[in-house]
Amino acid sequence: MKSFRRLVYPYLVWAGLLIVLPMLIIVFYAFSTEGNSVIPVLFSFENFARFFSDSIFMEVLLRSIKLAFITTVVCILLGYPAAYFIARLNPDKQEIMVLLVTLPQLINMLVRTYAWRGILLNTSFSPELKVYIGMVYNFLPFMILQIYTSLSKMNPDLLTAANDLGCDEKTAFLKVTLPLSVPGIISGITLVFLPAVSSFFIPKLLGGGSYVLVGNLIENYFVTTGDWNFGSAVSLIMTIVILVSMYFTKKFDYDKEAI
Amino acid sequence: MKKKTVYEKIYLLLIMAFFYLPIVYVIFFSFNASRSLTNFTGFSLRWYQKMFKTRSMMESIYYSTVIAVIATLVSTVVGTIVAIGLSKSSKLIRTIVTQVNNLPMLNPDIVTAIGLMLLFSTMNIPTGFGTLLLAHIIFCIPYVILSIMPKLRQLDDNIAEAALDLGCTPFQALYKVIIPQIKEGIVSGALVAFTMSFDDFVISYFTTGPGINNISTYVYSTTKRINPSVNALSTIIVAAITIILIISNLVPLIRQKRSAHEENY
Repeated sequence: MKSFRRLVYPYLVWAGLLIVLPMLIIVFYAFSTEGNSVIPVLFSFENFARFFSDSIFMEVLLRSIKLAFITTVVCILLGYPAAYFIARLNPDKQEIMVLLVTLPQLINMLVRTYAWRGILLNTSFSPELKVYIGMVYNFLPFMILQIYTSLSKMNPDLLTAANDLGCDEKTAFLKVTLPLSVPGIISGITLVFLPAVSSFFIPKLLGGGSYVLVGNLIENYFVTTGDWNFGSAVSLIMTIVILVSMYFTKKFDYDKEAI
Repeated sequence: MKKKTVYEKIYLLLIMAFFYLPIVYVIFFSFNASRSLTNFTGFSLRWYQKMFKTRSMMESIYYSTVIAVIATLVSTVVGTIVAIGLSKSSKLIRTIVTQVNNLPMLNPDIVTAIGLMLLFSTMNIPTGFGTLLLAHIIFCIPYVILSIMPKLRQLDDNIAEAALDLGCTPFQALYKVIIPQIKEGIVSGALVAFTMSFDDFVISYFTTGPGINNISTYVYSTTKRINPSVNALSTIIVAAITIILIISNLVPLIRQKRSAHEENY
């Protein structure tokens, strides 16, 4: 059976070349600038200096974080009751509801976002609000399904026990159901916040180009202006922001468990 | 108590209305006689006609399907082989591969996408159908491995060992003993790979070349002007997914009924 080990070796080469190397190239581009005719590339921090010295770039980054944060909060506020109510239905009705939540997700994300354009054309909403609607629409199903999964795993006897021990319905919810669904909320946050920070086609399709986010910035530097060095630096900064926020979300989860 | 459940149902109904409103809207306006996305002026099939006549639109459906099918086949086969190899590997190799596979799954798509774009350009590989397909295979394999690994962990090593003791070659043990036991994981991995590939926009956008569009990049490229044929395209996608879902949900149901029926007699 040990001979099967050898099956992994080609993949190690493949993954090194096609998964790890591209990341290293981004780092390389981010820390360099186009040089002169003698030295074609120069190592430098110029791209980062440029990002942090211009307030416009910081504004875009903060706007993206704010958008992702508000989208995540709205998804929790709208998604939690939905998941909770679904979990209280009959088992066969639960199955139908889960299918109904999943179905729109199977339709291409671009097509779904395009669909909102027609509806939002009728309204006088600000570009910002239109982007928020599109974001919540695209990410809410992830949140509902994650919270529902953790709620449906819960042992119903716990609530009966809480009731027997003198808890009213509200206290039982706050002390039993809610803490047990925290893992679902956390994985929901990961699935919403992470792609929301970097999203760029929802703002472009629904915000009409006037609402620039960090994803649009990266797209712009890679596709339009062709300044790959600066574009790489921007995506590196964005990745670090995401990693840091994920670290704190996970830490919060562990702290909760410790209590 | 009763009143409360009514409120709960109304809430769920509103959420579902939110989910399905744009879909219904698109289907409705795909039959609109005029170009408008806000005024319905009469029933017509002209946008469907236009869609079938627009070469680039039909090509995008073709590319999305072909790429998803090939990427699913390749990533499922490769992912299965790698997963089986990993289950027999040392802990170090397993950790390394898992961590590396986490990169494209945890990184934002746009980072994976520009990484590949820079790689192709550094290696002087012209972008086009080949790079698009390669990119899809690259990001699908980790998902396939991820969905097979739990099944392999549950596997009893002794069964495969017994097969070898009874005279199976390692290859026979693989496809007669191991693969049938992890079949469920392989199927769900393939399904994930197909939907990921068919749905992908960001990675495709940065790794495709001129003239090669899948549905996502095509829709993105038409957004500068109003193009009601996109509504027709959307309606056809919605219809196709609904039909596939109905069939995939009905077939097990019919089978179940039939076997229940046979048991009765």
